[in-house]
Amino acid sequence: MLEFGTKVVAGVTPGKGGATVEGVPVYDSVKEAVLRRKANASIIFVPAPYAKDAAIEAIEAGLKLVVIITERIPFHDCLELMPYARSRECTIIGPNCPGITTPGQAKMGIMPNHIFKTGDAGVISRSGTLTYEIVNAMTQAGHGQSTCIGIGGDPIIGTNMVEALRLFERDRGTKRIVLVGEIGGTSEEDAAEFIRRHVSKGVVAYVAGRTAPPGKRMGHAGAIIQGNKGTAESKVKAFADAGVPVAEYPADVARLLGPP
Amino acid sequence: MKFLEYQAKEIFARYGIPVPRGVVASNAEDISDPPLPCMVKAQVLVGGRGKAGGIKAAESLDETRAVSRQILGMDIHGYRVKQVYLEERLDITKELYVGLTIDRSAREPLLMASATGGMEIEAVPRDQIFMEHVPTMAGLQPYVLRTMLSFLELPKDTGDRVADIVRRSYELFRKEDAELVEINPLAVTRDGRVIAGDAKLVIDDNAEYRHPEYANLDQDRTPLEQEAYEKGITFIQLDGDIGVIANGAGLTMATLDVLNLKGGRGGTFLDLGGTDDPEKVKQAFEILIKANPSIILLNIFGGITKADTVALGVQQALEDMHTRIPVVARIKGVNEDRAKEILRSIGMYATETMEEAAELAVKVKSGGT
Repeated sequence: MLEFGTKVVAGVTPGKGGATVEGVPVYDSVKEAVLRRKANASIIFVPAPYAKDAAIEAIEAGLKLVVIITERIPFHDCLELMPYARSRECTIIGPNCPGITTPGQAKMGIMPNHIFKTGDAGVISRSGTLTYEIVNAMTQAGHGQSTCIGIGGDPIIGTNMVEALRLFERDRGTKRIVLVGEIGGTSEEDAAEFIRRHVSKGVVAYVAGRTAPPGKRMGHAGAIIQGNKGTAESKVKAFADAGVPVAEYPADVARLLGPP
Repeated sequence: MKFLEYQAKEIFARYGIPVPRGVVASNAEDISDPPLPCMVKAQVLVGGRGKAGGIKAAESLDETRAVSRQILGMDIHGYRVKQVYLEERLDITKELYVGLTIDRSAREPLLMASATGGMEIEAVPRDQIFMEHVPTMAGLQPYVLRTMLSFLELPKDTGDRVADIVRRSYELFRKEDAELVEINPLAVTRDGRVIAGDAKLVIDDNAEYRHPEYANLDQDRTPLEQEAYEKGITFIQLDGDIGVIANGAGLTMATLDVLNLKGGRGGTFLDLGGTDDPEKVKQAFEILIKANPSIILLNIFGGITKADTVALGVQQALEDMHTRIPVVARIKGVNEDRAKEILRSIGMYATETMEEAAELAVKVKSGGT
């Protein structure tokens, strides 16, 4: 993150206050970090059993952007956390995500720096490494990114596809949008409906899990076909109906975006 | 975590939800005192057992044993019946439906209830289902139950019992970290009882650490999936013959999809995660090789993962296991050229992109190179 240009002003680890890591001072509480160093956002890596606590601490310290990288947080913790964050006007990204990156400006996350390039394509993805794969292909094809949001692979997430789409539609630096979806839930169907009504910018999609069997959780807690719900066919069809081209191969996303 | 009917009913009973009397048996000869007349119900982690012949009535001890003998060992949609549940037969006058799930889009629990129970809820017309989101922080309020009861149009006494059951179900849903609590049918009996005819319960795997008492429940895993689970490896066995291993759930799914487009069929979903620890790589390959694939397709997009360390782990694993299964690998990441050298030096195929790797895997498998 430091290498990418992010101003990391403080670390927080209870009991480690007073230490420094890579020149960054460490505090015992978020409140202290905010007071002493004027931190205005937080990225959370703490283990799943303590993640809700850490997020609420950040919200209570007045932060309005919290990125949660941690995976395997119980769903019920997120059922409590997400509406709470909203009531405090805090935006949460994740959990179970690689974070958010604006090439040339800052990164809050764990995405590899070298695959990015400044540009005008906004990326929204439920996945980690698959995002790297697609972003890398975009960069090689000359399509830089305005911002890339890894929204997370869990069923309950802080910022969903529709909310991220709304942000990109408003963002002047974004001219086109890439959606990377997967099986499970109805976020792609919701997104397709939203695009049909409210998005003027060109959108290209990819959907992972076309060959996934029903009833099995494919690694991500959210990636599961339940009954006849959450299938790749349903998502591909919803995108097609909304006029959104869907790439067959991950590498095709860059091609479908047209000339840079 | 999924629960068998009798296990779910034990938990329901703990929360004061009325359930029929019953005993579980895994051997017909051991049955001595079933609650006669009874229903003999196959215990499997899959729906549709009634239609498959997994639920039968019995009048006497002898008949209970005979019917149990028939049902035990049956195959129901790929699941072998290991246990039967012998349950008191209910004199049912009406079947209702009650369910609690998580609505992902709303980020809230969703309560569903219907006076048309006993069939799959998907088959019930939407206008016959009461649906209401429950704000998690506020909890289930009495007005929601009142609205539900007026929708269901039940007599007062029955309605009060249903409301009480829904309240208890919600308590269970929250305290047990459930993804799904479903009572279908919720039976109204001739003698005025309201009682859970069936019970479905799924608890969030991520919350397992809060419920250690459920850690050893039998899940619907193959023996190899169980072994992988115990080692903390994300692994699913599939129908095809090509062993697929990649890093990250999305990329592993995409690799299987690309392979399919190239005419191959994946036999495994193995997510290596963010590791380049040679020991972990080796453990993953051990599982993969036990799945007996005809060829292995490895796809790694490493960010900070060191490609050469992964390659060394693969080399070590293959040498230790003396396997002759061919491997087609695509590894991107730090030191990827060195990784390719290592892989080629031990006779493996290394490609630049995942599309090339999938194509080559299909070609090598059919003896084309």
